[in-house]
Amino acid sequence: MGHLIPPSIMPYVLPVVYAVVIVAVLPLLAGYIVLLERKVMADMQARLGPMRVGPHGLLQPIADAVKLLLKEDIIPEKADKFMFWFAPLVSVTMALLAYSALPIGPAFQIADLNVGLLFILAISSLGIYGIVFGGWASNSHYSLLGAMRSAAQLVSYETAAGLGLVSALLLAGSLSMKEIVQAQYDQGTWFIFSVPVGFFIYMVGSIAETNRAPFDLPEAESELVAGYMTEYSGFRWSLYFLAEYANMIIVAGIATTLFLGGWLRPFARWHDHFPGTSLEFFDVIPSLVFLGAAAYCFWLAPKQPVQIQKLVMAAFGGLCLLLAVAMAVTLFASASVMAAVHGAFWFMAKVIAYLYAFLWFRFTFPRYRFDQLMRLGWRFLIPLALVNVISVGVAIVLKQEFGWPPFWAMLVMTIVTLSVAMWLAADDEKPEPLLQAADTEL
Amino acid sequence: MIPTEYYLILSLALFTIGVVGVLTRRNVIIVLMSIELILNAVNINLVAFSHHFGSVDGQVFAIFIITDAAAEAAVGLGIILAFFRNRETVLADEMDMLKW
Amino acid sequence: MIVNQALFCFFSVMAVVSAILMVTRRNIVHGAVFLISTLLATAGIFLLLQAEFLFVVQIILYVGGIMVLFVFVIMLVNLDVSLRQVQFNRQKYVAIVLTIVLAAQVFFALWIARNGVNLTNPSFKMPARNTEAIADAIFQHYMLPFEIASILLLVAMIGAVVMAKRRV
Repeated sequence: MGHLIPPSIMPYVLPVVYAVVIVAVLPLLAGYIVLLERKVMADMQARLGPMRVGPHGLLQPIADAVKLLLKEDIIPEKADKFMFWFAPLVSVTMALLAYSALPIGPAFQIADLNVGLLFILAISSLGIYGIVFGGWASNSHYSLLGAMRSAAQLVSYETAAGLGLVSALLLAGSLSMKEIVQAQYDQGTWFIFSVPVGFFIYMVGSIAETNRAPFDLPEAESELVAGYMTEYSGFRWSLYFLAEYANMIIVAGIATTLFLGGWLRPFARWHDHFPGTSLEFFDVIPSLVFLGAAAYCFWLAPKQPVQIQKLVMAAFGGLCLLLAVAMAVTLFASASVMAAVHGAFWFMAKVIAYLYAFLWFRFTFPRYRFDQLMRLGWRFLIPLALVNVISVGVAIVLKQEFGWPPFWAMLVMTIVTLSVAMWLAADDEKPEPLLQAADTEL
Repeated sequence: MIPTEYYLILSLALFTIGVVGVLTRRNVIIVLMSIELILNAVNINLVAFSHHFGSVDGQVFAIFIITDAAAEAAVGLGIILAFFRNRETVLADEMDMLKW
Repeated sequence: MIVNQALFCFFSVMAVVSAILMVTRRNIVHGAVFLISTLLATAGIFLLLQAEFLFVVQIILYVGGIMVLFVFVIMLVNLDVSLRQVQFNRQKYVAIVLTIVLAAQVFFALWIARNGVNLTNPSFKMPARNTEAIADAIFQHYMLPFEIASILLLVAMIGAVVMAKRRV
């Protein structure tokens, strides 16, 4: 292989392959996350969700994609044609570009930048333009209002989310994504246990960043039609949709890398803390999970009403079985191959857990009104994030200069931050009631 | 290795275009955007020299310039908004009466 | 090496073309789009000059902050009538002549120095970890400008809020 590729382009081959794989796989993955959302929503609302297209709705995303591609492309009459074409492009490009610094496992990263985390934040802040220009180009009041609100919300919560990340960054000591995960391995603990307040701030900020409920006023169906996406239909709308779900995965990926240990297995350093015992049997969990999924698929297959659905279900079962075999075989391969494959599994598992939390919040909490949303961002979250950064700094100084054990330093400062949070939450003035008592008298 | 002079010529080109924009356009917002262009040209110059001499001082200066540009853009746009509310115009030619 | 030169050509052409387009557009929103592309090209130039922290700072602050502010204000003051007005003021010819004179002066200064003191010293190498080096410089040598910059931002924030508020 080394003879076919000249050495001057050798370093570029693997990243290009990874990039092509990501761009090819991502629309499919986003489609299946939509299906997951619909099934979870249905389950929480005591119904079944999509069941017809494919067994248990498993082929629904493909049907949706085909429908969107075949729809008529409508451009409003007085719309700015260049911007109308350009805006979804910006959204999708920025959403996909952010994947170049995201490490999916120790061996699957397109570019390990020294400033990888800041790069992803920068690209996410560029995604605002897709929304603003989309709302502007539609030449419609609803779109412009929705776009302005959405952009204002994104800018406000971007600061809070960034400050939440800084508190974990202080513990990691580097901006490179690989080194952050390595720092979590070296310190033997995921950063969510060291800075839980930082994780909370980042989680709330990321929900607002991706326009998800309860912060989805700009695009909720009952509010402004669909906000900036109102006049887009067919393929252009599917680009916005893809950008939104790709953003969700990115945000989940950042949270996983910074707070949830990235590609580390749970209890990765157990044998260092408790020599003699070993939790290495956790390594068989990936293959067991896929084996369980395959068994479930094969058990469900004969119960499907239609023959073709039986075959598709059996095919999914076969796919899960293949993955289980792959996970089991890599247990006996070299350490780097096993780390790469199992690392990718644990990373995706944590990302899916974080996304499940997103889905859960969507169907649990009522929507925030826009002024309540801005008040929450500026008057609660940003001061809390600033106090959190200072307290993590104090904890690090306590640990290094005064020799406190890390656990107690973090615990004391977390209690301080939580008391400040309670003070901030109680200190909010009550908004004046919309209807005075005297107004209701005739 | 790209010679530093190439970066200086690029910086000069952007600076010139920015100056033309400031002196020639009527719309005040475009004038402000041209000022941002001038500041960027200066930044390229500073960072090119920082690379030439191998020290980060030029980059630190560039960071301060970006901070300054942010402050100035905020205040400038605030002024434009306040003026627009009063006179309904954003053309520099028409902003000629201090008091009506 | 060839990649460096190709990237430099690409970014500089993108910067200059976008800048020219920006100052000549009739539609201000298009002008803002072209300024964004100029700023992104500048960020690419910073990355070529091994200033990786400045690269991300340029994107986060300039493109993701300042230009969003510009775009918001443009959308708030946009008048349809402005698309039909005269774009360039009456002093355009004098301005262009003077600018060419200015550019010629600077170019002349660069030209006579082209074979001057060769300051390329092999000991001039960029520090390996750019972000840490900038942090060291800012928080040790340039602490006073840093504090003054924060006060400047505070003043600008207060000023912008006061000016944009409606008189109640």
